[in-house]
Amino acid sequence: MIERRPLLQAAAHLVLIAGVLTVAFPVWLAIVASTHPQSAFETGLIPFWPGNNAVENYSAMFGEGFSNLGAPPLSGMLWNSLIMAMVIACGKIAISITSAFAIVYFRFPFRMFAFWCIFITLMLPVEVRILPTFKVVADLGMLNSYAGLTIPLIASATATFLFRQVFLTIPDELMEAARIDGAGPLRFFWEILIPLSRTNIAALFVILFIYGWNQYLWPLLITTDESYYTIVAGIKRMAQAVDSIPLWNYVMAAAVMAMVPPVLVVVLMQRVFVKGLIETEK
Amino acid sequence: MKRAIFRNQLLPWLLLAPQLVITFVFFLWPAAQAGWQSFLREDAFGLKTTFVGIENYAALLKDRLYVDSITVTLVFSVSVAVLALSISLVLALAVDRMLSSAKVYTTLLVWPYAVAPAIAGLLWWFIFNPTIGLAPYALEVLGIDWDHSLNGTQSMILVIIAATWKQISYNFLFFVAGLQAIPASMREAAAIDGAGPVRRFWTITLPLLAPTTFFLLVVNTVYALFDTFPVIDATTEGGPAQATNILVYKVYVDGFLGLNLGSSAAQSVILMGVVILLTVVQFRYIERRVEY
Repeated sequence: MIERRPLLQAAAHLVLIAGVLTVAFPVWLAIVASTHPQSAFETGLIPFWPGNNAVENYSAMFGEGFSNLGAPPLSGMLWNSLIMAMVIACGKIAISITSAFAIVYFRFPFRMFAFWCIFITLMLPVEVRILPTFKVVADLGMLNSYAGLTIPLIASATATFLFRQVFLTIPDELMEAARIDGAGPLRFFWEILIPLSRTNIAALFVILFIYGWNQYLWPLLITTDESYYTIVAGIKRMAQAVDSIPLWNYVMAAAVMAMVPPVLVVVLMQRVFVKGLIETEK
Repeated sequence: MKRAIFRNQLLPWLLLAPQLVITFVFFLWPAAQAGWQSFLREDAFGLKTTFVGIENYAALLKDRLYVDSITVTLVFSVSVAVLALSISLVLALAVDRMLSSAKVYTTLLVWPYAVAPAIAGLLWWFIFNPTIGLAPYALEVLGIDWDHSLNGTQSMILVIIAATWKQISYNFLFFVAGLQAIPASMREAAAIDGAGPVRRFWTITLPLLAPTTFFLLVVNTVYALFDTFPVIDATTEGGPAQATNILVYKVYVDGFLGLNLGSSAAQSVILMGVVILLTVVQFRYIERRVEY
């Protein structure tokens, strides 16, 4: 701070408090809604303060789910989301770190061509090539499988760039020393490069975990079998029915459970997360 | 560029193989398919396919629904980008004044980054529910009759709010980082010369934040154009009467639900063009910033 300006300071606090409240408001209502019985949503207004039906709502959603709404129990969907997020995050990191290693530490024909092929994936978001990609996955027999949920999303230009950037800052002397000591490329990769990029791997993991967990369109399209539903995509199927039958307490319980894991990751690993976010984008 | 390199020729290809295989099978091949499909027309039963040249594109430009969708997309993305950027800039400026409480405020403001866009849409849909929602009730006091399932403007406002809410935390973090990078000495010198907070904002802070703002403008445009698909799908599904049918949603509706493959593919190709343009803009600008 440069000078004392109590009025401005108070205004800044007010702005921030208003911001924090606005940001939290929808989530507060969702949590409140998940603690009321169904009757609270039939007439009048959304409740603003918590009710006492929380245990019943959550245990109903975890135990049976809502078969008439096309929603399996939450536990299964959470498990699928966890698998999807973990496989996508670890897979992206693994194939990107090896690609970056190949591009930075080797000279081979078509090196730039390979680099551009990876680069171009940045420009092809899944939403714009959705039909042909769906067809490829269907032809490969990967509908309704964990492979279909994860593998098509694993290629990553951003992660490759990040590791390339990291490797370029590692002094050449390290690699020369390793070579003089008789270490081959794979040994150098395992024992020097990976330990040196540990913090970047952690930061990237947080970002990619959230990316994987929050996937929506892809799981919605390629899963028709309830046992492969992920929670974020599953909620849409529940919400569709809700306009006619007011089951907001159950839908909001599911929404809260879909938010908890990624929000916890961000809050608990805030420093790593901020670092990862700002580095991957630049 | 590394001076020291390994000499193996086969190993780099093995290291690249997983990434390249996935890229070819799930990215390049489908994109090429979309490109090829955009020149074909399939009959209603999928029995006969004819090559029609650029007819699918020509039909799109004459289609009033497509032109409407472009307008809708422009209104939606400009609103989301402008709102998300300005709200988060104000919050970042306020946090920048704080000493001990900055960290607490930051934590309380960043977590929506982790909320899925689909959930963000659902939450605001709940608040604006015409029968039991809080917002329609409050608006009724002001004499506004809210029903986004009938009123196109209201439905647009709903998706703009949901999409903006989700993006604020992201912009906020980048603005905070950008503000921290401005040397305190510069602002102190201006303060000693008698420039007040408002003057310092316009003459020092804002110009020095320009690179961050420009970067965020591109990222927010990409977000509004493509990543908001779940917000639309979870709330309005493009309706009522196409009022929120943004381009990326229309590709899906025409292709998957309408089974109009040629037209959907042509729309995909146009969107790919837009992404390529935005990516080029982003990377050219980043190259420049790396230099200084």
